[in-house]
Amino acid sequence: MIKNSAIEAAAYEIMARAAIDIPEDYKTGLRGMLDGEKGELSHFVLEAMLDNYDAAEEDRRPMCADTGVPRYYVKAGNDARIEGGFVGLESALRRATARATQDVPLRPNRVHPLSRQDNNNNVGINAPEIEYAFEPDADWLDITTVHKGGLFGSDYRMLFPGDGIDGIKRFFLDVMYEFGRRGLACQPAIVGIGLGGSKDVTMTLGKQAACLRVVGDANPDPQVAKLERELMEMGNQIGMGPMGYVGNSMVVDCHIEVGYTHTGGMPMSVHTFCLSSRRAVARLHKDGSVEYRTDPKWFTPYMRRESVEWSTTEAALAVG
Amino acid sequence: MVDDGSGVSGGLRKVRLQLPVTPEALATLRIGDIVYLDGPIYTGREGMYQRFLGDKIDPPVPLASISNVNFHCSPAASVNADGGYTLGAVTATASFRFSKWLSEWFKKSGCKMLIGKGGMSPEDYRDHLVPNGAVYLTTVGYGTGALLGRAVKNVPVVHWLDELGIAQAIWVLEVESFGPLIVESDLEGNSLFEQQNALVNKNVEKMYAGLKPPALARYGETTNREDEVV
Repeated sequence: MIKNSAIEAAAYEIMARAAIDIPEDYKTGLRGMLDGEKGELSHFVLEAMLDNYDAAEEDRRPMCADTGVPRYYVKAGNDARIEGGFVGLESALRRATARATQDVPLRPNRVHPLSRQDNNNNVGINAPEIEYAFEPDADWLDITTVHKGGLFGSDYRMLFPGDGIDGIKRFFLDVMYEFGRRGLACQPAIVGIGLGGSKDVTMTLGKQAACLRVVGDANPDPQVAKLERELMEMGNQIGMGPMGYVGNSMVVDCHIEVGYTHTGGMPMSVHTFCLSSRRAVARLHKDGSVEYRTDPKWFTPYMRRESVEWSTTEAALAVG
Repeated sequence: MVDDGSGVSGGLRKVRLQLPVTPEALATLRIGDIVYLDGPIYTGREGMYQRFLGDKIDPPVPLASISNVNFHCSPAASVNADGGYTLGAVTATASFRFSKWLSEWFKKSGCKMLIGKGGMSPEDYRDHLVPNGAVYLTTVGYGTGALLGRAVKNVPVVHWLDELGIAQAIWVLEVESFGPLIVESDLEGNSLFEQQNALVNKNVEKMYAGLKPPALARYGETTNREDEVV
């Protein structure tokens, strides 16, 4: 049994970690971009960003005051048992969010969309969001939080099969230009793309691709992986760097996730996970132990399954 | 002087300014200069503008008595049980959204320097900042919240905290070596973003070459990829 108190403590801890500690994969990616950056201003900005990450970790203060709209991705092992069930889990996550907002502190970004009521704790109607996924043959609970800015850098478009790769590339470029100028997207970013699914799932997949996959990771489908590489290169050839200044550091990595979609359509979403890719993960075990990491490992073979059934046979095939 | 596309650069110039800022100090600034500030500043964004200029409620003290620097910002901060403040990171928010307040703002505040994210339009600089002898400094990368937070040495008071909440309140910040910031618009209304955009635009046509447009078009306010959407 995984206890509510353990869930709350772990969720509280990852809220602080996400805000302060930059994942190593993103830092490595950014250092690589700095080495290749020719633009004078862009180079200066990248250096300042790296200085900032050091200051955040030294002072244990958030690297950015816009600590995003805190949210959780919960992956439950199929055999995990949670004290108080999922209502217990959700209460623990809400308590952790409110406490972390006060203590880290995080910016209380969450307000009612019309009245603008701010509870000063990042908790409210449908906030924090909690998304769920499941994993076979496991009894742990993974809780991931991401701190992603919420205003710019995402867009959706219904494309059609005949639009093909050209349509995908054009829309990708549109979003890079639209939100890259003046750096509204807070690039260089991990760019996530959702292709297919229903419209809402297109958006969800793209956001998850941006937020829940690490720099250097490739989609296991070679066709998708090739497009990931092409779009990343294209984004960095635009001639724009951080803040939209002349440069070549726009896309730290590009991740695409697909979902089977309507036979007549090819919906697409693009999301930029603002610089620093703030994410943190806790894995909770039934014996009370907790492991922390920065790779959400969200897109497992089970998540990307195509088959009707899932059994040890499919599992063995998926891992090759 | 920063490379303006000519391939020639004198390197980035670093400047330290004492606040409240003087007209003489402002006159030395050129776009692309890297700036660090010392002295008092205050935060203020849509909530403050709406209450002060929209609802016509004066702040508890005249803003000009605090500083002449308005920071478009909400800090990641909390109010402690003893009434003190814990201030962690400090980052700017995108300024273009506050354009509609500028005309009245400069008349009533005595503000000479805006600090924010992403600058404002060339028209805003020409019509509002230049006539009022004000410049615009942008924060860097937009994620240097820890560096800026570290430079805040004291929070003497927070105005309108109950009325506007933590994110929208007027935070008075005593800062030391607050930066880096980049001069985006100088006293003549030159814009670094505009200059850089013009250079980026030279490549737009090439990027789209050979990519056929989608079958279904969209309504929109611009289809020109050389335009900005702010």
